[in-house]
Amino acid sequence: MLILECPYCGVKADETELSAGGEAHLKRFGPGADDESFEGYLFARENPKGVHFERWRHSYGCGKWFHAARNTATLEVYGTYPAQVSVPPKDILKTISAAVPGWRWRDLG
Amino acid sequence: MSARLATYGRLIDRTSKLDFTFDGKPMMGFEGDTLASALLANDQMLVGRSFKYHRPRGVVASGAEEPNALVNLGEGARFEPNQRATTTELFGGLAARSQNHWPTLEFDVGQVNSYLARFLPAGFYYKMFMYPRSFWKHVYEPFIRQSAGLGQPPKERDADTYEHFHVHTDVVVAGGGVAGLIAAKAAAQSGARVLVLEQNAHWGGRAPVDGGRIDDWPTDGFVERLVKELEGMANVTLRARCMVSGLYDHGYVLGYERVSDHVPGAEGPRHRLWRIRAKQVIVATGAIERPLAFAGNDVPGVMLASAMRDYLVNWGVAAGERVIVATNNDDAYRTAITLKKAGVEVLRILDARETGGGALMEEARRLGIRIDCGRAVGKVTGGKRVKAVQICAHQGAGGALEEVACDAVAMSGGWSPAVHLWSHCGGKLTWDDTAAMFRPDESRAPTGADGKPMAVATGAANGAMTLEAIAADAFAAGRKAAQAAGFKLKRASAVKADPAPESAIEPVWMMPARARVGLRAKAWLDYQNDVKVSDVQLAAREGYESVEHTKRYTTLGMATDQGKLSNINGLAVLADTLGAAIPAVGTTTFRPPYTPISMGAIGGEARGEVFQPLRRTPMYDWHAAHGADWEPVGQWRRPFAYVQGGEDVHQAVNREVKNVRQGVGLLDVSTLGKLLVKGPDAGRFLDMLYTNMMSTLKPGKCRYGLMCNENGFLIDDGVVARIDEETFLCHTTTGGADRIHAHMEEWLQTEWWDWKVYTANLTEQFAQIAVVGPKARQVLEKLGGMDLSKEALPFMDWKDGAIGNFQARVFRISFSGELSFEIAVPASQGLAFWETLMEAGREFGIMPYGTEALHVLRAEKGFIMIGDETDGTVIPQDLGLGWAISKKKDDYLGKRAQERSFMASPDRWKLVGLETTDGSVLPDGAYAVAEGSNANGQRNTQGRVTSTYYSPTLGRGIAMGLVHRGPDRMGEVIEFPGTDGKTYSAKIVDPVVYDKDGEKQNV
Amino acid sequence: MKRYSVFAVAREALRHHTGWERAWRSPAPKRRYDVVIVGAGGHGLATAYYLGKNFGITNVAVIEKGWLGGGNTGRNTTIIRSNYLQDASAAIYEKARSLYETMSQDLNYNVMFSPRGVMMLAQTQHEVRGYKRTAHANLLQGVATEFISPARVKELVPIIHLEGPRYPVLGALWQPRGGTARHDAVAWGYARACSAMGMDIIQQCEVTGVRTENGQVRGVETTKGAIDCAKLGIVVAGHSSVLAQMAGFRLPIESLALQALVSEPIKPCMDVVVMANTVHGYMSQSDKGEMVIGGGTDGFNNYTQRGSFHHIEETVRALIETFPMISRLKMLRQWGGIVDMTGDRSPILSKTPLEGCFVNCGWGTGGFKAIPGSGWAMAELMATGASPLAAEFSLSRFREGRFIDESVAAGVAH
Repeated sequence: MLILECPYCGVKADETELSAGGEAHLKRFGPGADDESFEGYLFARENPKGVHFERWRHSYGCGKWFHAARNTATLEVYGTYPAQVSVPPKDILKTISAAVPGWRWRDLG
Repeated sequence: MSARLATYGRLIDRTSKLDFTFDGKPMMGFEGDTLASALLANDQMLVGRSFKYHRPRGVVASGAEEPNALVNLGEGARFEPNQRATTTELFGGLAARSQNHWPTLEFDVGQVNSYLARFLPAGFYYKMFMYPRSFWKHVYEPFIRQSAGLGQPPKERDADTYEHFHVHTDVVVAGGGVAGLIAAKAAAQSGARVLVLEQNAHWGGRAPVDGGRIDDWPTDGFVERLVKELEGMANVTLRARCMVSGLYDHGYVLGYERVSDHVPGAEGPRHRLWRIRAKQVIVATGAIERPLAFAGNDVPGVMLASAMRDYLVNWGVAAGERVIVATNNDDAYRTAITLKKAGVEVLRILDARETGGGALMEEARRLGIRIDCGRAVGKVTGGKRVKAVQICAHQGAGGALEEVACDAVAMSGGWSPAVHLWSHCGGKLTWDDTAAMFRPDESRAPTGADGKPMAVATGAANGAMTLEAIAADAFAAGRKAAQAAGFKLKRASAVKADPAPESAIEPVWMMPARARVGLRAKAWLDYQNDVKVSDVQLAAREGYESVEHTKRYTTLGMATDQGKLSNINGLAVLADTLGAAIPAVGTTTFRPPYTPISMGAIGGEARGEVFQPLRRTPMYDWHAAHGADWEPVGQWRRPFAYVQGGEDVHQAVNREVKNVRQGVGLLDVSTLGKLLVKGPDAGRFLDMLYTNMMSTLKPGKCRYGLMCNENGFLIDDGVVARIDEETFLCHTTTGGADRIHAHMEEWLQTEWWDWKVYTANLTEQFAQIAVVGPKARQVLEKLGGMDLSKEALPFMDWKDGAIGNFQARVFRISFSGELSFEIAVPASQGLAFWETLMEAGREFGIMPYGTEALHVLRAEKGFIMIGDETDGTVIPQDLGLGWAISKKKDDYLGKRAQERSFMASPDRWKLVGLETTDGSVLPDGAYAVAEGSNANGQRNTQGRVTSTYYSPTLGRGIAMGLVHRGPDRMGEVIEFPGTDGKTYSAKIVDPVVYDKDGEKQNV
Repeated sequence: MKRYSVFAVAREALRHHTGWERAWRSPAPKRRYDVVIVGAGGHGLATAYYLGKNFGITNVAVIEKGWLGGGNTGRNTTIIRSNYLQDASAAIYEKARSLYETMSQDLNYNVMFSPRGVMMLAQTQHEVRGYKRTAHANLLQGVATEFISPARVKELVPIIHLEGPRYPVLGALWQPRGGTARHDAVAWGYARACSAMGMDIIQQCEVTGVRTENGQVRGVETTKGAIDCAKLGIVVAGHSSVLAQMAGFRLPIESLALQALVSEPIKPCMDVVVMANTVHGYMSQSDKGEMVIGGGTDGFNNYTQRGSFHHIEETVRALIETFPMISRLKMLRQWGGIVDMTGDRSPILSKTPLEGCFVNCGWGTGGFKAIPGSGWAMAELMATGASPLAAEFSLSRFREGRFIDESVAAGVAH
């Protein structure tokens, strides 16, 4: 039963207010992209046992999408931030590095 | 025999007598009794039968850990199986029946299993009942099922109600014993909001029974004062009869309050589920005494030493007249001393320790109790109650030294902290070799959202086993929890209990230590599931070495008590057999709930009509009053058809279809999604969402659009109206409204967040009514108002205006092929407008029609329906909707996906009409067969039916389907085997079977 | 391997069961095997078993991080059915179901396969049409199912409430030969049979790396040392992505929590398995008498084997609507497992970008019922390079857009 703080309305939202939206920071590939890139974009997933970046929507609250940096093995939450960015904010990366030395997620770490 | 004494009984009110029955036998107890104490007071030693061998079972414990005393409780709509007598408060008129026997508790045929026990060791069923094969289902399994199971299934619908509470607090204290209460006060002194939950009806836990002094008060007085003080603190809430049943991630705590189990039928809910968010949880859940594993330890009359003490002190019940106490620790001496003081004959204390105990032993000796050190129970004899104990040396194989007649045995194998809550959410345990127990490992506590510990264990649950240690530990724990919850500590004086030193326990996992095999096969570990020492040893020998394997192979700890009495003894036996250390073997996983909680409480208030939210259109009541046969569509309810007079549903549908084709019908389309998309980039945005070009749509015009997901599949369709340069109104399917709105927001917020677009879901703001049929215009014109002529409002235009007295937005769109006006009015005007239309249309024969007529009408026109022609695997290209896919756009959601090899293949199944050669109706979902079979031996197929109806317009069956290269095969006849055994032949035809040129809708 | 039988039990009873041999050996790993299977759950053990039985490949090690059968094999609700819509699914699940029929005899271990019947309730018109479609598909796939009336539903399940105020029962898809089996016994039975064929089941041995050379698998690094192999099978539901990462590729998989619960045991009151997909819940009664209950998955990636309680609430609520009598039963235990969810919710049985490395994963919420079919197909794929049962489940389908989508037929897939 997660609690995530919505970075828009500041509410510490109960999981029942939220909808999970899968992996964050996916780069969209559209017409013109090769098959491999398109497949990777739609299906290949990080799915780590550990640090993960993912999308959530405050569905039964302000309705906004946001991102969470979370540990899938301990359920620790390192932070949440708006969805309108392509990379996680620096302070969150710092928090993660302090908690999980040597972590990697795609080209982050 | 067990009996009520004239004295003792701190919890009962002897002036308030309560009548109850057990197996129909009238009995009497007192206010304050539990069912178990009342049964014992009536000398009812035999209370049930075990699961596998149907052995006679008596009360062995006094609380939540009881595995034996389970009863069928109550009658009819308030019947409940498997109620624990030890936690069932007695009430007048209580009716309990014993379980798992036939025909009677005293004489149970199933007990034959007990005589065959030797042939039914752990896992026997994995090794037999295999031949002949059909016998498992028809012979063996029914027999096994019937002899297993415990209570009877309830037969009637539950008469009680349940509810949920939602609470946020700083600290939850699980357990209202002295540890919990002391910790609660210590935490509350910091200002933290504290919620204290206690599973029993009384505060103080075991302390008032065990005695001692805290802060110079006797424990019962101390508890009374402390509870009063806590009740007076504004930041403290106390709830008895409310068990913390589970600890979940991020400080989610579940409380289970038995509000009226003790006063059945009382007003209000029976149970209440507390859904709590806490910053810190104090686990003050106490400890559970372990039985000793000696032969015959399951005979009724053998009881935990602490339970025997509880029955005496709390309820004034002596479990026997002549008692033998067996122990490996000092605590059981308290039972002997208490019994002796109450006048019960204590024949012997058998202390497995060669040197016996400390101060408590001296006290017992002073009272004249005979104490045999280094001695053990070799065997208890007796069937339905204890007859005698054979005494042997503990360090031996069980050769009896003497036999002593007695009628009860009190046993204590030491105490195990109740670490369940600590463990539910990942808290780890450490093995304490000195105290012979697993206790919480403070350094590996369950962690919360911030990665920091969210629980503090204290008191006996933390392995503190003396009052002195408990008081000190609890005070510290309360302060620690408050601090961790973010509160500043204030000065407070510590709580001190008088020291009462005890000498060390000596672990005893089997009694006697080297019991011979015949004794081990009679030494029970799990009473309810009939798991013995020999079973665990067998499992280990056979390679089921993991504690989880042993558990599952023997069913140890899988009974309704979830191993509260058996787990530690069982894994110690396992470790011993494997020659491994206990911590190396480890425990099984503790899972919620701590004790079973009712399904009713879990479900809460939401049942029956309010099981899920019900969405109603403004005309809902009108539909209901006019014969609506409801169809659930998501959380909406829509009329499937309006059944009139003596007609059946199918006749109603046919009538409705004909009336639309020939006259005029009304359809409530308020459930269709109405999404407003607005902003300078709205057109650009919709061009990405729809396969069509929407940005070129002129204000005042409508366009039918298709939406795909990024994987290429068609997910929704509907008419888009351009309101003005920057504003579009997108209609979606009924099921699509919320889903598509979310889909829009997702793309806007997470991909094109710099585009200037807003969306709003207006679905419930408007009532929308389709006025459909050749006479539709006549009805509307009769009401007066805006010009609805073909010239003023041509097909696929929309316009705002007035119809009669109603402000309306009129869309000239048609899903039936007829002249059709879809008219939106404010939701508050919906019913009035509907009734006005019905009234105005009377002379034209107007009738409402439902969703099924809608389906037939659209199918006659070859219009697709999301969910029928689509199923998540269909792309627009499959449906002949290429015209709705813009060739000019570089991109739209799904475009790239549709270029993949399998999607671009010419071999896909495509939409066609299907006309049966004999006019019959094709079966729903039938498949068309092709030649031969595939590599897996399945018949090849070449198409399937997606929609099939009887067309009252044409007087025959009509259908659409997806067929391999279908549009290239017009006129070909293909075969559809039906599940009814018939084969249907159908010709591939154009899907449009009515008004192919679309003249009727364009008038 | 000494055979199990009623006579063996009787013989052993006379000597206090002192003569039973170990069900499986507990060997130290050898330096090299022809095939290494990672994961001693049902699917991994079944793969090994059919490698030996069907292809004579017995120089096999099955490596297990924990204890065999301790993952999803020992955590599921034991439902077995094959009434799937799509051909590829129906083929492999029906193969599995038919192998379950004779599994006890094949393995000489009673897995208690109980073909008591599986019923999927239709509670909306849409579901009625969907299940009728499935029945038609099953007819041509050789899977015996039928669409039955509400009256017949009531006859088969007397405790059901047909006329619920919100979602009355309109009929059901009925597979009389579906049922349940004893989940642990499936793993144990396969393990015993594999061990008897000379295969090594190595428990408490975690794979820490996959060794490769020129795009070809060479072996694995484990907590018990390096082990060489010519072929590697990754069969580790829940942790598929973790192993794939070691092998150097990504999978179209996310790991989600799936929860289940049981009630306290009661006397027999329901003889079939009932699934109610509109309201999201399903229930059967175990031979012990417990009502075994499950529902849908939690929504986010989670490796903890714990779930969120509101899903339990939703499931229980749904089932109280369907079976009002359970309101007065009590939940005895709830638990969770980690399931692999693929991009189309169908499994993956496939070669991988790494030569010699195969994956069997992505069974989502319904892997138990597939165990023997999955093992059969995986063994064939690993031994011969191709299997008709596995062909459609290859990884390449995600690139080609050739999905196997069962969500058409059921919201909750079990």
